[in-house]
Amino acid sequence: MSEENIKKKTIEDKLTTIKYNCSSKPHLAADEQKCRNCENRCCTYICPAGVYSYDENQNIINVEYENCLECGACRIACPYNAIGWEYPRAGHGVIYKQS
Amino acid sequence: MEDTEVQKFDVIVVGAGPSGVSAALAAKRGGAKTLLIERSSYAGAKNMIGGAVFLTALKEIFPDSWEQAPFERYINKHTWSLLTDNSSVDISCDFPGAKKSASIYRSKFDLWLVEKAKEEGVYFAPSTLVLNLLVKEGFICGVQTELEEIHSDVVILADGVNSLLARQIGLRKEYKPKDTVLSVKETIKLSRETIEERFCLKGSSKGGAARNFIGGLGLKDAPFGLGFMYTYDDCLSLGLGLSIEDLIKYKLNPSDLLEKLKEHPVVSPLIQGGELVEYSAHLIPEGGYKKLPKLYKNGVLVAGDAAGFVNGIHFEGTNYALISGKYAGETAAYAIKIKDYSKKTLKLYKKKLENSFILKDLKSYKNVMENLYSRTNSLMNYYPAFASDFFKIFCGANCVAKRDEFRGLFVRFIKQRSLRELFYDIKTFLGCVFGVLK
Repeated sequence: MSEENIKKKTIEDKLTTIKYNCSSKPHLAADEQKCRNCENRCCTYICPAGVYSYDENQNIINVEYENCLECGACRIACPYNAIGWEYPRAGHGVIYKQS
Repeated sequence: MEDTEVQKFDVIVVGAGPSGVSAALAAKRGGAKTLLIERSSYAGAKNMIGGAVFLTALKEIFPDSWEQAPFERYINKHTWSLLTDNSSVDISCDFPGAKKSASIYRSKFDLWLVEKAKEEGVYFAPSTLVLNLLVKEGFICGVQTELEEIHSDVVILADGVNSLLARQIGLRKEYKPKDTVLSVKETIKLSRETIEERFCLKGSSKGGAARNFIGGLGLKDAPFGLGFMYTYDDCLSLGLGLSIEDLIKYKLNPSDLLEKLKEHPVVSPLIQGGELVEYSAHLIPEGGYKKLPKLYKNGVLVAGDAAGFVNGIHFEGTNYALISGKYAGETAAYAIKIKDYSKKTLKLYKKKLENSFILKDLKSYKNVMENLYSRTNSLMNYYPAFASDFFKIFCGANCVAKRDEFRGLFVRFIKQRSLRELFYDIKTFLGCVFGVLK
């Protein structure tokens, strides 16, 4: 095993280690209007799973709710209360095994 | 649910973490018919811990069986490290065989807790999401799940840091970024031999170590945060707790910061050759005493992380969860016995908390986090660098007169550090100490 095994992982690399039972129904929603006018969009960098990304062409926030770790950081961080945040349906979402 | 016939319980506990299980057990032991609800398909699946559960509290809940819990290693050795970009100044303590805390995986530990509760007759409903609480004539009287209404005389909310339910019924306000820490963690697999060698654990039965890292993220504007590392049987956990306010302010990504810590010359040899087996993230409520919610209302109590019972300085949280859960369960059982579920009776819960270490500690520590946060730069950058410079002289044998070296250090200290900053550092330090002791 080399040092590279553990070093320099991207969020995408890290998310491959996590098991999910994805729900077809999103449990997160970004308010298009509020997000359009947001100057900072801190959700795009604060989320430990990189769920939120800004699409400049369409001028919207993309929400990859399937990757959500259900921590709630985005909800606390958003200054405009623009993120609809619920728990995934029962039995769905992230399934930690060694955390 | 295991007994589908029964739709009315004395007590319903929402959330099967340490606090919820402890609450359900105390209620059941007090004679109440108790249902424990968990939204994931098995307990622990949504949970993450830096590393260790505190065993004095666990013993109080399970006096006979606590040693059978799925512990990985007993954390008898603790090291705090002040990091600069390329050095570390450490302070360490070692209590061989002390068994005051143990590293655990939540998926195994929480499952064990739930099994113990089931053995004692608590009904358990996994894969059950509570959407709302039922209210009748100003009293909480049950829960609305995705599928059905379930009634009870008392509901205990142990639904964790995000507690949507406590906010729904006005027990608690939304936390602010300043009051909340985001913790990101990696579980890293190594061989048992490698871990025992790197942390000097050979020959001790299930002995383990924890390390904390202050600074070392290589940033001028460093966020308020603390790195942590725990030994498991054949894994290490390595994580970072970071102020959400600072992540926002400095536009930082928590995963990138963890990568920086992993690359630190003192940290990287510890994890070298390891394989990432799981990445995780969780919030920690660190608002403390000033942000305490209302702890009870007619027919409802709130315990554990949902109530914000955490002492970040000492990494205490699981002990608060277990003991606050116990008090909530005991109070609920008493209310059932005297058939009064009003806030007048449930106030007993707050009394129990006030008489215990939980609210005593939270009260005496109420300014500590805020004070330390106000000195972020001193803690994360300045003093680690100063300590490093001091020991570079002390241990360096640099063939320069010590008097010149120490004088230089002293002059730099006075010059670089304005008296104003120094004054606030000392004032904050003394404020923290006297706040706790007075």
